[in-house]
Amino acid sequence: MTFWLVLTANSITFGGLLFLLSAGFSLIFGLMRIPNLTHGSLFMLGAYIGATFVIGMLGVKLNFWLAALLATLTVAMLGALVERLLLRRLPGDQMAQVLVTLGLSFMAADFCLMVWGGDPLSVSTPSSLAGFARFGVLVFPNYRLAIIAIAAVVAIGLWLLLERTRLGAMIRAGVDDPDMARVVGVRVSQLFTIVFALGAGLAAFAGIIGGPILSVYPGLDQDMLPLALVVVILGGTGSLLGSFVGSIIVGFIYNFGQALLPELAYFVLFLPMLLVLLLRPQGLFGRHVP
Amino acid sequence: MNQRVFALIVAFIVLVTLPYWMAGVYYVNVASQILFYAIFALGLNVLAGYGGLVSLGHAGLFGVTAYATGYMLQLGLGHPLAILIGLLVGLAAMAIYAALSLRSTGIGFIMITLALGEILWGLAYRWISLTGGDNGLSLKTRPEPFGFSLADTNTFYYATLIVFLLSFAAMTVFVRSPLGAALMGTRDQPRRMNALGYHVWAIRFYACLFSGLLTAVSAILFVYYTQFISPQTLALTSSAEVLLMVISGGAGTLLGPVVGAALVVVVKTVVSGFIERWNFLLGAIFVAIVILMPEGLVPGSARLWRLAWRKRTRHAASISGGAEVKS
Repeated sequence: MTFWLVLTANSITFGGLLFLLSAGFSLIFGLMRIPNLTHGSLFMLGAYIGATFVIGMLGVKLNFWLAALLATLTVAMLGALVERLLLRRLPGDQMAQVLVTLGLSFMAADFCLMVWGGDPLSVSTPSSLAGFARFGVLVFPNYRLAIIAIAAVVAIGLWLLLERTRLGAMIRAGVDDPDMARVVGVRVSQLFTIVFALGAGLAAFAGIIGGPILSVYPGLDQDMLPLALVVVILGGTGSLLGSFVGSIIVGFIYNFGQALLPELAYFVLFLPMLLVLLLRPQGLFGRHVP
Repeated sequence: MNQRVFALIVAFIVLVTLPYWMAGVYYVNVASQILFYAIFALGLNVLAGYGGLVSLGHAGLFGVTAYATGYMLQLGLGHPLAILIGLLVGLAAMAIYAALSLRSTGIGFIMITLALGEILWGLAYRWISLTGGDNGLSLKTRPEPFGFSLADTNTFYYATLIVFLLSFAAMTVFVRSPLGAALMGTRDQPRRMNALGYHVWAIRFYACLFSGLLTAVSAILFVYYTQFISPQTLALTSSAEVLLMVISGGAGTLLGPVVGAALVVVVKTVVSGFIERWNFLLGAIFVAIVILMPEGLVPGSARLWRLAWRKRTRHAASISGGAEVKS
């Protein structure tokens, strides 16, 4: 019984992390119509940059949350730069944009290997959350609970941003009909930069927050990108609810798959994706078929 | 046109005599690599170039055939049977792959193929009882068709060359066939093709099968060349490498992927002799080509050539005071 409960709790934690990763992915996809293949790299970069400061590799040792904030902002800026300097040069050519993000992801992966080496870095949990919580028979690390809470807060924050602010209304308009949004005076290209930076920042944040659980290693990007893809194929593009539900589903399938069918863990991920593709190509909550 | 035939004949002679003037065994091996990667790139070009369907999971399909052949040999089957089963498994995998990914086009197709490729990679990596995981599968021997042992470098080169020429011929026939024309039609105007009564999905599906066949053929050459297969072969980097071959050479051209394969293999071989960081360079070349020369080297340099030519003729015309040269 405890086994199942722990597995369930772990799945929700992982789902929370995936949500942080894939919410930005889904928004970028919804608005710019491209799967941002650097998303895994942004996750990894965030994790590495955060870990550098948490461990104190440069001689500067920061508080975990401060390091997370720093990593988030750095990578968000990087995302904005990528959008401004590279993707902007290929307006309307989505295929080329995807390929540029693919090329960048290789450069980022090799860059990380060059700077941080091949050995995994382990990030210690912030001391304030180091303990365990007890629920009857179930003992669960505080830090994992905190991740669930953080994901929930971010989800609510994003929802408020999208549904209750002017910026959010513009983003939704851009997702639904970019041409019409332009006509009524929304500067869609500016939105691209904002959303790209936001998505990059969220991915980096997920990276460093996930650091104590996943550790930071070369290849982390390639482990996370397919998961984000599956979440978005499942949930549908450009939909916050879609990435939320998709993340939880993938979190469960991934963890249960790892525990029960370790050899086929990757393969079981593919089954729900297959079902969705066959029955509902736009995803569970998607607005349009990609 | 005559110039073209002449160039092709020269290229043919160069390829056939290659082992005799090449500096050493090492370089003949590089040439073999270029040839089978060129077949792979031709296969991807069917979809990415002529079909407008950019697949990012082809390394997965490539790996399926390679693993199937390797596994059959490990079970103790003979080479002809192992190759046949490898081809069939590769085609079957392609059929499933196509059935899933053809539900979408454009970006959706990229995403689905990427996910499928990653799943195949994950299977190769994790399904250790079948694939040996990171240790990979080793092949003990190369086949000996008609008594020629392919263990010899030059013989292997010639076998690869023959298969390459056949594949290239098949590709030429395909592109000029009604099916090839229809495929290009579905790339440019899918709705009109549909309205004209073509079964767009079926055309794309057949194109996928042809692409899968070329991919499987190159995978068998690859697995006999390296006599080893590991999950790394199926990784996204490998899919991207082939795509780079297609795009850098020129997607949707016959010669482009061959030139691209030569470029990528040479750069990779030469560069990895000096630095370890091949991936960084791969990514950088990728970005540079997509931004600066999106149509690829073959059409790109043809365009530059024409441009230069036109400038010269225009210049000549203006000197002689002749009428405007129409472009």
